[in-house]
Amino acid sequence: MARVIFGSALRRYTGGVDEVEIEATTVRSLINALDRRFPGLGKHLESGMAVAIDGEIMTDALYEPVPEDAEVHFLPPIGGG
Amino acid sequence: MTVTATTTDPQPGYKWVGTRPVRHDGLDKVTGRARYGADLNLPGMLIGAVLRSPHAHARILSIDTSAAEAMEGVRAVVTGADFPMLESGGEGSGEEYYDPLDLCRNVMARDKVLYEGHALAAVAATSRREALAALAAIEVDYEVLPHVLDVSEAMAPDAPILHEDLITEGVEPVPTTPSNVASRYVIDRGDIEKGFAEADVIVEREFVTQPVHQGYIEPHAVVADVGEDGKATVFCSSQGHFMVRAHTAELLGWEPSRVKVIPAEIGGGFGGKTTVYVEPVATRLSQKAGRPVKIVMTRDEVFRATGPTSGCKIRLKVGATRDGRLTAVSGSMAYQAGAFKGSPVSLGCMCAFAPYTIENVFLEGFDVVVNMPKVTAYRAPGAPMASFASETLLDEIAERVGMDPLEFRLHNAAEEGVRSVYGPIHKRIGFRETVEAVRDHPHYSIELGPNQGRGVASGFWFNFGGSSSATVHINEDGTASVLTGSPDIGGSRASMALMAAEELGIDVYDVTPIVSDTESVGYTDVTGGSRVTHATGLAVIDACRKVVADLRARAAMVWDVDVDEVEWVDGRAQHVSGDRAPMTTRDLAADAAGTGGPITASAAVNARGAGAAFSTQVCDVEVDPETGYVKILRYTTAQDAGRAIHPSYVEGQMQGGVAQGIGWALNEEYIFDADGTMENPGFLDYRMPVASDLPMIDTVIVEVPNPGHPYGVRGVGEVGIVPPMAAVANAIHDATGLRLSELPMSPVKVLEAIGANGG
Repeated sequence: MARVIFGSALRRYTGGVDEVEIEATTVRSLINALDRRFPGLGKHLESGMAVAIDGEIMTDALYEPVPEDAEVHFLPPIGGG
Repeated sequence: MTVTATTTDPQPGYKWVGTRPVRHDGLDKVTGRARYGADLNLPGMLIGAVLRSPHAHARILSIDTSAAEAMEGVRAVVTGADFPMLESGGEGSGEEYYDPLDLCRNVMARDKVLYEGHALAAVAATSRREALAALAAIEVDYEVLPHVLDVSEAMAPDAPILHEDLITEGVEPVPTTPSNVASRYVIDRGDIEKGFAEADVIVEREFVTQPVHQGYIEPHAVVADVGEDGKATVFCSSQGHFMVRAHTAELLGWEPSRVKVIPAEIGGGFGGKTTVYVEPVATRLSQKAGRPVKIVMTRDEVFRATGPTSGCKIRLKVGATRDGRLTAVSGSMAYQAGAFKGSPVSLGCMCAFAPYTIENVFLEGFDVVVNMPKVTAYRAPGAPMASFASETLLDEIAERVGMDPLEFRLHNAAEEGVRSVYGPIHKRIGFRETVEAVRDHPHYSIELGPNQGRGVASGFWFNFGGSSSATVHINEDGTASVLTGSPDIGGSRASMALMAAEELGIDVYDVTPIVSDTESVGYTDVTGGSRVTHATGLAVIDACRKVVADLRARAAMVWDVDVDEVEWVDGRAQHVSGDRAPMTTRDLAADAAGTGGPITASAAVNARGAGAAFSTQVCDVEVDPETGYVKILRYTTAQDAGRAIHPSYVEGQMQGGVAQGIGWALNEEYIFDADGTMENPGFLDYRMPVASDLPMIDTVIVEVPNPGHPYGVRGVGEVGIVPPMAAVANAIHDATGLRLSELPMSPVKVLEAIGANGG
């Protein structure tokens, strides 16, 4: 089970829940599972947010594997100069 | 200059990685042969010019271009009506996230102009004189509206509203009325009240910074040529020609494949050339005129119409125990976004205390639109201003608990396996090593004289991976061409050549690194986010390894042996038995037709594993109590590069970031008059540091290899600009006893502070 930790910005979609455990094999299946549990959250997560899996920050990561027992965070888009 | 390097990992036996060859593009650049954006001229080419708003905020009641269109030499005129209105929404990701509606309205205003300098029409004529005369003949009827620039004033309930449809995101309940606050971002971890209750010492201050420009030497420049087939060729300088292709096509309502972008050399970008301004305009003008159109911005236009970075108001509070353990941080940050949403405030919140381990955090950030140009990325966007505030307070709290500021940082240093302030667990990082490098540097123990002071500060930046492509050809003579889609801003051609030489086992000067156009190499994200040496480097390494596999297979074919019996050693195929004469790339290339045809391979990645960057810096200043002038006496910067592929260009990035940070600290600012007009849109009045303003900036390359890259590379282009403002402020405090919390710390402000302190 992946452990998903929600930052404050996402807790309005989760009704204040700050952490859940979700069964998922990829980021896409994780988002789909989260959206079933918290309707509306999935669309927000797919709108350019970065994802951090076990500390590794990624973008365009829908098909990225989510390891068993991974810790997952969703973060604002991270660019640079 | 004393250049020292420390490492936590034994140097592997690289032949080329870590050496300092003269850059492949160097000769062309120092002899003036290199072609920048403004250097291309085509037969029949027209000159384009852009009409810009004289008002900071106004409704466009009408635009009459009929007189301009009738003028001699004028071949085309465009306004917002010549471009499709795009739908709002978040497009792209990471480095390239943007809102198409905002982008199209920024490139060419529609119903309103939102800052002085906002483009609202353009002409193409046979000469610049005729183009400028035609601009003057365009009649625009404005309804001037109240404007707002100050971030606090823009957040006030009675502020002039820039966008009637802008509803603040990230607050509950969702507001029912528009405001200038585009969004609120929050980091909320631990128990902030408990954290401050545990603190023996608490410091709190408000900080103010002004918008500053990236200050690249080369203004934006483009030549666009739309052919009879309706396809466009665009020659321009940018940080990403695939970005230019995508944005230009989208803003014109075209498919991307209708646009080919040829990258010019780039005379600096620093984040400011990660979007488009004149490229779609020149292309539409060319389409209408049926001739090539060139637009070169003036310096005045660069300042008035292209992205600075945000000015901010930041209030922070920090608590620590008597023995120097950080217990809590809280505060708020409000960043100017410019005329459209999208300041880097969330990144500021995430970066401010990222070098440290702190359990209790509450930071909120506000993205605020104001009547100035839409901000654009600038080296480690959002982090420098936040770190000016956080690192100043950490200096103050270290002083209050009686600890050396570097020992205080080591005492609280984030490390691998520790939860970051912004959430995820840190992977392998080298922050501690940068602090130790400064602590152990001779600079840190040099004795100071009267009116002199020493300050230190640290900084963090994420670094970024992203999409990159590369193709490697082995030429008939055994040399290699390495094609990538990454514009070379900081010496990346040399880095790509070094990694290719290492992989192929050939001389670095037998590698020709090429920045290819959008039709000659696979898609590649912009050169930004300190990503190219890491991500494009991964693509180059992968392509080279495919080439080596191919070379081994061909040697096996020639020798009629199994490929497993062939090794690739020092640029040669060798049989494991040693009883066959080795074959070089030249030998194998000469026989390529007989062994399967040309030797070439491509690779593409969406790179993961970009290791985070940290920098720690020490600055010595002397403050003139009579004038308030701050002289930088010495400056040393230590930065974790993971592995320096070309140490000279790593040092150059470190020094460049510091130089820009010192300018931000001491001199640079946008100055507006009461009407919202920028008063200093030129380098005489917008004072950037020049060589005579600065000492040689000493560099210490720390190498804590990034496990996400075969050579351990971490991006180095951005984090160097994060610590300087606080390092300078802390040095001024050491010299004078004054805590300055407003940038720039110009002589006037320093003198005022000295006076206010009874000096």
